Amino acid sequence: MINYDEQRIGELLRLLPAVPEGWVRAAQELPQARAELAAIVARAEEDAVFRAKVVADLEAALEAEGIDPIPSVVAALRVRLDQA
Amino acid sequence: MAETITDAQLVARCRAGDQAAWNELVERFSRYVYAIAVQGFRLQGHDAEDVFQEVFARVYEHLDRLRSDEAIRPWIAQLTRRLCIDRLRAGGRETPSELEETAGVDERLAALDDALTVRAGLDAVGEPCREILDRFFCQDESYRAIGDALALPAGTIASRISRCLTKLRSELEGRS
Repeated sequence: MINYDEQRIGELLRLLPAVPEGWVRAAQELPQARAELAAIVARAEEDAVFRAKVVADLEAALEAEGIDPIPSVVAALRVRLDQA
Repeated sequence: MAETITDAQLVARCRAGDQAAWNELVERFSRYVYAIAVQGFRLQGHDAEDVFQEVFARVYEHLDRLRSDEAIRPWIAQLTRRLCIDRLRAGGRETPSELEETAGVDERLAALDDALTVRAGLDAVGEPCREILDRFFCQDESYRAIGDALALPAGTIASRISRCLTKLRSELEGRS
Protein backbone atom coordinates (compact mmCIF):
# COMPACT_ATOMS: atom_id res chain seq x y z
CA MET A 1 0.00 0.00 0.00
CA ILE A 2 1.40 3.37 -0.98
CA ASN A 3 1.13 6.38 1.32
CA TYR A 4 -0.63 8.71 -1.10
CA ASP A 5 0.02 12.08 0.48
CA GLU A 6 0.89 14.81 -2.01
CA GLN A 7 4.53 15.02 -1.00
CA ARG A 8 5.04 11.29 -1.51
CA ILE A 9 3.20 11.41 -4.84
CA GLY A 10 5.59 14.13 -5.98
CA GLU A 11 8.61 12.13 -4.85
CA LEU A 12 7.38 9.06 -6.73
CA LEU A 13 6.70 11.04 -9.90
CA ARG A 14 10.27 12.30 -9.81
CA LEU A 15 11.53 8.70 -9.81
CA LEU A 16 10.34 8.14 -13.37
CA PRO A 17 11.94 10.82 -15.56
CA ALA A 18 11.54 10.90 -19.32
CA VAL A 19 13.52 8.37 -21.36
CA PRO A 20 16.24 9.81 -23.65
CA GLU A 21 14.92 10.91 -27.02
CA GLY A 22 14.86 8.20 -29.64
CA TRP A 23 14.89 5.20 -27.30
CA VAL A 24 11.11 4.88 -27.14
CA ARG A 25 10.69 5.34 -30.88
CA ALA A 26 13.31 2.67 -31.59
CA ALA A 27 11.48 0.21 -29.35
CA GLN A 28 8.14 1.10 -30.96
CA GLU A 29 9.61 0.39 -34.38
CA LEU A 30 10.63 -3.14 -33.38
CA PRO A 31 7.74 -4.86 -35.19
CA GLN A 32 8.66 -3.11 -38.42
CA ALA A 33 12.34 -3.87 -37.89
CA ARG A 34 11.56 -7.55 -37.33
CA ALA A 35 9.57 -7.63 -40.57
CA GLU A 36 12.51 -6.07 -42.40
CA LEU A 37 14.83 -8.66 -40.85
CA ALA A 38 12.57 -11.39 -42.17
CA ALA A 39 12.90 -9.88 -45.64
CA ILE A 40 16.71 -9.82 -45.36
CA VAL A 41 16.78 -13.46 -44.25
CA ALA A 42 14.45 -14.49 -47.06
CA ARG A 43 16.67 -12.74 -49.59
CA ALA A 44 19.78 -14.33 -48.05
CA GLU A 45 18.21 -17.76 -48.44
CA GLU A 46 17.72 -17.16 -52.15
CA ASP A 47 20.93 -15.28 -52.94
CA ALA A 48 24.23 -16.83 -51.79
CA VAL A 49 26.28 -13.76 -52.65
CA PHE A 50 23.98 -11.53 -50.64
CA ARG A 51 24.07 -14.00 -47.76
CA ALA A 52 27.90 -14.00 -47.71
CA LYS A 53 27.88 -10.22 -47.66
CA VAL A 54 25.41 -10.11 -44.78
CA VAL A 55 27.23 -12.76 -42.74
CA ALA A 56 30.56 -10.95 -43.27
CA ASP A 57 29.27 -7.75 -41.69
CA LEU A 58 25.86 -7.86 -40.06
CA GLU A 59 25.91 -4.25 -38.90
CA ALA A 60 26.79 -2.91 -42.35
CA ALA A 61 24.12 -5.07 -43.95
CA LEU A 62 21.48 -3.71 -41.60
CA GLU A 63 22.56 -0.12 -42.16
CA ALA A 64 22.44 -0.66 -45.91
CA GLU A 65 18.81 -1.72 -45.51
CA GLY A 66 18.05 1.35 -43.40
CA ILE A 67 17.82 -0.53 -40.10
CA ASP A 68 19.53 0.77 -36.97
CA PRO A 69 22.03 -1.99 -36.02
CA ILE A 70 21.36 -1.94 -32.28
CA PRO A 71 22.70 -5.06 -30.48
CA SER A 72 19.31 -6.76 -30.05
CA VAL A 73 18.53 -6.42 -33.77
CA VAL A 74 21.98 -7.66 -34.79
CA ALA A 75 21.61 -10.65 -32.47
CA ALA A 76 18.16 -11.40 -33.86
CA LEU A 77 19.52 -11.34 -37.42
CA ARG A 78 22.39 -13.63 -36.45
CA VAL A 79 19.99 -16.15 -34.92
CA ARG A 80 17.69 -16.06 -37.92
CA LEU A 81 20.56 -16.54 -40.37
CA ASP A 82 21.86 -19.46 -38.32
CA GLN A 83 18.42 -21.04 -38.43
CA ALA A 84 17.88 -20.36 -42.14
CA MET B 1 -10.71 11.26 -16.54
CA ALA B 2 -8.84 9.87 -19.50
CA GLU B 3 -9.88 6.46 -20.77
CA THR B 4 -7.07 3.96 -20.35
CA ILE B 5 -7.08 0.30 -21.16
CA THR B 6 -5.76 -2.27 -18.71
CA ASP B 7 -2.39 -3.94 -19.03
CA ALA B 8 -4.13 -7.21 -19.88
CA GLN B 9 -6.17 -5.60 -22.66
CA LEU B 10 -3.05 -3.97 -24.01
CA VAL B 11 -1.14 -7.26 -24.07
CA ALA B 12 -4.01 -9.00 -25.85
CA ARG B 13 -4.04 -6.33 -28.54
CA CYS B 14 -0.27 -6.50 -28.96
CA ARG B 15 -0.46 -10.25 -29.36
CA ALA B 16 -3.01 -9.71 -32.12
CA GLY B 17 -0.47 -7.57 -33.99
CA ASP B 18 -1.92 -4.15 -33.20
CA GLN B 19 0.91 -1.66 -33.80
CA ALA B 20 -0.86 1.14 -31.91
CA ALA B 21 -1.16 -1.14 -28.88
CA TRP B 22 2.55 -1.96 -29.09
CA ASN B 23 3.35 1.75 -29.20
CA GLU B 24 1.21 2.24 -26.09
CA LEU B 25 2.83 -0.68 -24.28
CA VAL B 26 6.31 0.72 -24.93
CA GLU B 27 5.15 4.17 -23.84
CA ARG B 28 3.52 2.81 -20.69
CA PHE B 29 6.56 0.86 -19.48
CA SER B 30 9.46 2.82 -20.96
CA ARG B 31 10.09 5.04 -17.92
CA TYR B 32 9.88 2.03 -15.63
CA VAL B 33 12.44 0.01 -17.59
CA TYR B 34 14.72 3.02 -17.92
CA ALA B 35 14.51 3.79 -14.20
CA ILE B 36 15.26 0.20 -13.19
CA ALA B 37 18.39 0.22 -15.36
CA VAL B 38 19.63 3.67 -14.42
CA GLN B 39 18.45 4.13 -10.84
CA GLY B 40 18.09 0.53 -9.72
CA PHE B 41 21.34 -0.80 -11.19
CA ARG B 42 23.23 2.41 -11.95
CA LEU B 43 23.77 1.54 -15.60
CA GLN B 44 24.82 4.42 -17.81
CA GLY B 45 25.05 5.37 -21.48
CA HIS B 46 25.20 2.50 -23.94
CA ASP B 47 24.77 -0.13 -21.23
CA ALA B 48 21.44 1.38 -20.21
CA GLU B 49 20.32 1.84 -23.80
CA ASP B 50 21.25 -1.72 -24.79
CA VAL B 51 19.35 -3.15 -21.83
CA PHE B 52 16.36 -0.91 -22.59
CA GLN B 53 16.16 -2.07 -26.21
CA GLU B 54 16.82 -5.69 -25.30
CA VAL B 55 13.98 -5.70 -22.78
CA PHE B 56 11.46 -4.56 -25.38
CA ALA B 57 12.89 -6.89 -28.02
CA ARG B 58 12.35 -9.85 -25.68
CA VAL B 59 8.92 -8.66 -24.65
CA TYR B 60 7.95 -8.46 -28.31
CA GLU B 61 9.40 -11.88 -29.12
CA HIS B 62 8.04 -13.71 -26.09
CA LEU B 63 4.69 -12.04 -25.49
CA ASP B 64 2.93 -15.28 -26.36
CA ARG B 65 4.74 -17.07 -23.53
CA LEU B 66 3.25 -14.83 -20.86
CA ARG B 67 1.06 -17.06 -18.68
CA SER B 68 -1.26 -14.26 -17.63
CA ASP B 69 -1.75 -11.04 -19.56
CA GLU B 70 -2.09 -9.20 -16.25
CA ALA B 71 1.43 -10.29 -15.29
CA ILE B 72 3.13 -8.08 -17.88
CA ARG B 73 4.35 -5.59 -15.29
CA PRO B 74 6.19 -8.01 -12.94
CA TRP B 75 7.45 -9.88 -15.99
CA ILE B 76 8.98 -6.74 -17.47
CA ALA B 77 10.47 -5.83 -14.09
CA GLN B 78 12.03 -9.27 -13.69
CA LEU B 79 13.30 -9.29 -17.27
CA THR B 80 14.88 -5.86 -16.87
CA ARG B 81 16.47 -6.86 -13.58
CA ARG B 82 17.94 -10.03 -15.08
CA LEU B 83 19.34 -8.21 -18.12
CA CYS B 84 20.88 -5.52 -15.91
CA ILE B 85 22.59 -8.16 -13.79
CA ASP B 86 23.82 -9.94 -16.94
CA ARG B 87 25.23 -6.65 -18.19
CA LEU B 88 27.04 -5.95 -14.93
CA ARG B 89 28.35 -9.48 -14.80
CA ALA B 90 29.58 -9.28 -18.40
CA GLY B 91 31.44 -6.11 -17.52
CA GLY B 92 33.03 -7.82 -14.54
CA ARG B 93 31.93 -4.99 -12.31
CA GLU B 94 30.03 -6.77 -9.59
CA THR B 95 28.62 -10.21 -9.02
CA PRO B 96 24.83 -10.35 -8.75
CA SER B 97 24.92 -11.41 -5.09
CA GLU B 98 27.27 -8.58 -4.15
CA LEU B 99 25.15 -6.15 -6.08
CA GLU B 100 21.86 -7.15 -4.49
CA GLU B 101 23.22 -7.40 -0.98
CA THR B 102 25.12 -4.13 -0.90
CA ALA B 103 23.41 -1.69 -3.16
CA GLY B 104 19.84 -1.64 -1.80
CA VAL B 105 18.49 -2.70 -5.16
CA ASP B 106 15.32 -4.25 -3.72
CA GLU B 107 14.35 -1.05 -1.95
CA ARG B 108 14.93 1.05 -5.05
CA LEU B 109 12.96 -1.32 -7.25
CA ALA B 110 10.05 -1.36 -4.78
CA ALA B 111 9.94 2.44 -4.90
CA LEU B 112 9.98 2.33 -8.70
CA ASP B 113 7.08 -0.09 -8.64
CA ASP B 114 5.12 2.39 -6.51
CA ALA B 115 6.18 5.14 -8.90
CA LEU B 116 4.76 3.23 -11.85
CA THR B 117 1.43 2.93 -10.03
CA VAL B 118 1.42 6.69 -9.53
CA ARG B 119 2.35 7.19 -13.17
CA ALA B 120 -0.57 5.02 -14.24
CA GLY B 121 -2.80 7.18 -12.07
CA LEU B 122 -1.42 10.27 -13.75
CA ASP B 123 -2.26 8.85 -17.16
CA ALA B 124 -5.78 8.14 -15.96
CA VAL B 125 -6.24 11.68 -14.62
CA GLY B 126 -5.49 12.99 -18.11
CA GLU B 127 -4.84 16.51 -19.36
CA PRO B 128 -4.06 19.18 -18.34
CA CYS B 129 -2.97 17.72 -15.00
CA ARG B 130 -0.86 15.07 -16.66
CA GLU B 131 1.26 17.62 -18.48
CA ILE B 132 1.46 20.08 -15.59
CA LEU B 133 2.60 17.47 -13.07
CA ASP B 134 4.95 15.82 -15.55
CA ARG B 135 6.61 19.12 -16.37
CA PHE B 136 6.98 20.07 -12.72
CA PHE B 137 8.03 16.78 -11.14
CA CYS B 138 9.57 14.75 -13.97
CA GLN B 139 11.11 17.48 -16.12
CA ASP B 140 11.89 19.77 -13.19
CA GLU B 141 10.54 22.85 -14.98
CA SER B 142 9.94 26.14 -13.17
CA TYR B 143 6.50 27.73 -12.71
CA ARG B 144 7.50 30.29 -15.33
CA ALA B 145 8.55 27.64 -17.89
CA ILE B 146 5.33 25.69 -17.35
CA GLY B 147 3.27 28.85 -17.63
CA ASP B 148 5.02 29.84 -20.86
CA ALA B 149 4.58 26.37 -22.36
CA LEU B 150 0.89 26.13 -21.49
CA ALA B 151 0.04 29.81 -21.99
CA LEU B 152 -0.96 30.19 -18.34
CA PRO B 153 0.01 32.92 -15.85
CA ALA B 154 3.04 31.72 -13.86
CA GLY B 155 1.28 32.83 -10.67
CA THR B 156 -1.45 30.24 -11.14
CA ILE B 157 0.84 27.24 -11.66
CA ALA B 158 1.42 26.49 -7.97
CA SER B 159 -2.31 26.31 -7.28
CA ARG B 160 -2.88 24.20 -10.39
CA ILE B 161 -0.16 21.78 -9.27
CA SER B 162 -1.83 21.55 -5.88
CA ARG B 163 -5.26 20.90 -7.39
CA CYS B 164 -3.83 18.32 -9.78
CA LEU B 165 -2.07 16.51 -6.94
CA THR B 166 -5.35 16.35 -5.05
CA LYS B 167 -7.05 14.96 -8.14
CA LEU B 168 -4.28 12.40 -8.63
CA ARG B 169 -4.44 11.41 -4.98
CA SER B 170 -8.18 10.76 -5.33
CA GLU B 171 -7.56 8.67 -8.42
CA LEU B 172 -4.91 6.61 -6.63
CA GLU B 173 -7.06 6.10 -3.55
CA GLY B 174 -9.82 4.85 -5.80
CA ARG B 175 -7.48 2.15 -7.02
CA SER B 176 -6.28 0.88 -3.65
